[in-house]
Amino acid sequence: MSYHMYNIEAETMPREELIKLQSERLCAMVKRIYEKVPFYKEKFDELGLKPEDIRSIDDIAKLPFTNKQDLRDNYPFGLFAVPMDEVVRIHASSGTTGKQTVVGYTRNDLALWGEVMARTLGAGGVTSSDIGHISYGYGLFTGGMGGNLGSETVGCATIPASTGNTRRQVTILQDFKPTFILMTPSYALTIAEYLEQNGIPAETLSLKCGFFGAEPWTEEMRGEIQQRLGIKAYDIYGLSEVIGPGVAYECECQNGLHVNEDHFYIEIIDPETLQPVPDGTEGEIVFTCMTKEALPLLRYRTHDIGMRMQGACSCGRTFVRLAKPSGRTDDMLIIRGVNVFPSQIESVLMNMEGIAPFFQMIVEREGNLDKLTVLVELTEEAFTDEVRKLESITKCVTENIHSVLGISAKVKLVEPRSIERFEGKAKRVIDKRKQISF
Amino acid sequence: MILKQISVFVENRYGAIRDITKILADAGINIRALSVADTTDFGVVRMIVDKRKPALKALRENGMTVKETDVIALVSDDRPGSLYKALCLLAENEILVEYSYGFVSPMGDDAIIILKCDDMQKALSCLTESGFKLLTAEDVKF
Repeated sequence: MSYHMYNIEAETMPREELIKLQSERLCAMVKRIYEKVPFYKEKFDELGLKPEDIRSIDDIAKLPFTNKQDLRDNYPFGLFAVPMDEVVRIHASSGTTGKQTVVGYTRNDLALWGEVMARTLGAGGVTSSDIGHISYGYGLFTGGMGGNLGSETVGCATIPASTGNTRRQVTILQDFKPTFILMTPSYALTIAEYLEQNGIPAETLSLKCGFFGAEPWTEEMRGEIQQRLGIKAYDIYGLSEVIGPGVAYECECQNGLHVNEDHFYIEIIDPETLQPVPDGTEGEIVFTCMTKEALPLLRYRTHDIGMRMQGACSCGRTFVRLAKPSGRTDDMLIIRGVNVFPSQIESVLMNMEGIAPFFQMIVEREGNLDKLTVLVELTEEAFTDEVRKLESITKCVTENIHSVLGISAKVKLVEPRSIERFEGKAKRVIDKRKQISF
Repeated sequence: MILKQISVFVENRYGAIRDITKILADAGINIRALSVADTTDFGVVRMIVDKRKPALKALRENGMTVKETDVIALVSDDRPGSLYKALCLLAENEILVEYSYGFVSPMGDDAIIILKCDDMQKALSCLTESGFKLLTAEDVKF
């Protein structure tokens, strides 16, 4: 089969050429931030490092890391490498704990963002004749505007639907006939549910594919979205500190996300030792924005967990593939000493009959023991008058969770549609332990 | 002469059954018999109502999870030993009773026993052939 590409020259650049380009770009970046960003100059000086010490991409390990806290400490614009005069856009990520993380873009940065998002959409077969429906939030969050920029860069008719009002979203899907959508995977399921409840067959829509991100999701959830909406569901990855959506994207092989390595250099490190881990091993994802002008971050620690995949992809792209990020180091719950990710619960539930793919985890502390309760929604169809059958659903979920997590959870069956639906990122965890620790 | 019972899924929370009775009261529906099966986390409310279709509609419109279940409404004399005879018949014919609940008929001196069996058709024919009287949907509309 032939694979769709927006920028074949960049996306299939021979590795040696790519590495040469990365080396040039990193050296130029290091020089620039040393001169323009006092924070980095200070860090370099502390380490006794001069920009000239960085001669190729192999020297990257000599460079200091950047943490989210560094962005907060330099709130709002302290890490910008250009005068405000050159900045044309500001975004910020929601600060649930402390200050917001503020990011800026020059005109060239926006062009770059458009380019990497266009590659993302192009990889799913989107061309200028398509119509894009963007249901990420528009505003300070990068999802909406980033998706919009990519769609317009490709030349698609672009619908800035933003989030919320599911009924209106579906009306747009029916009347404007968009051929692709961008939203969170959990919202895609809410849309699917709405269609089913209102007797609207997914085939009556014009959708061919969708690009889902902003929260980790499982292969099982992909299957569910693809089947219920009758589309190809692609994973996209990005974070505002690096550029927003468009950092890494899936191709039609749907086997790992190609990192836009000509602009964003990826490392996977052990979060404890900070040393790189070999390809094929999970670790924390670290990015260096080699070409960004307004906010070029050096070795930014994302706290996302991922893995560099080995071997080349059959699509012909030379960019390294990132295995679907499986969670965030800060999403990870430690329950009775065991690492637990919400995505693990999701994959258990997706494989089971009789329950909807909506759930909520509640973690409490009783005495000195952590207690995990998983609220699981019964489906309308699975409800039966026979209590035994309902209890066997609960028992089955409990056993499967135990075998996947290695710890026992209390499973509570709740009424259909009773778990809150999210239009943006789903909040699946209520950790009550945090409120009682001082 | 199978009777349709309405079963509603409820979580164990304050006011769960109250909510159901409110919906039915507002819709002008009379509950003829009611039984609640409970587990630690959820329950199933089982009811025989006078107007089944409007009851189902009202419950569903209010977001309740509802199912119809076939049951038998056995008319039994309201005196010692009368239920025993019917249950002997079912046991002899190897029919399992999954659950049962009863109420006293306002029509006369009879007791009404709701029975859910593993083999409903067999239970039905055994009981009718032996001359037991069963209620129909018409009978509960009073």
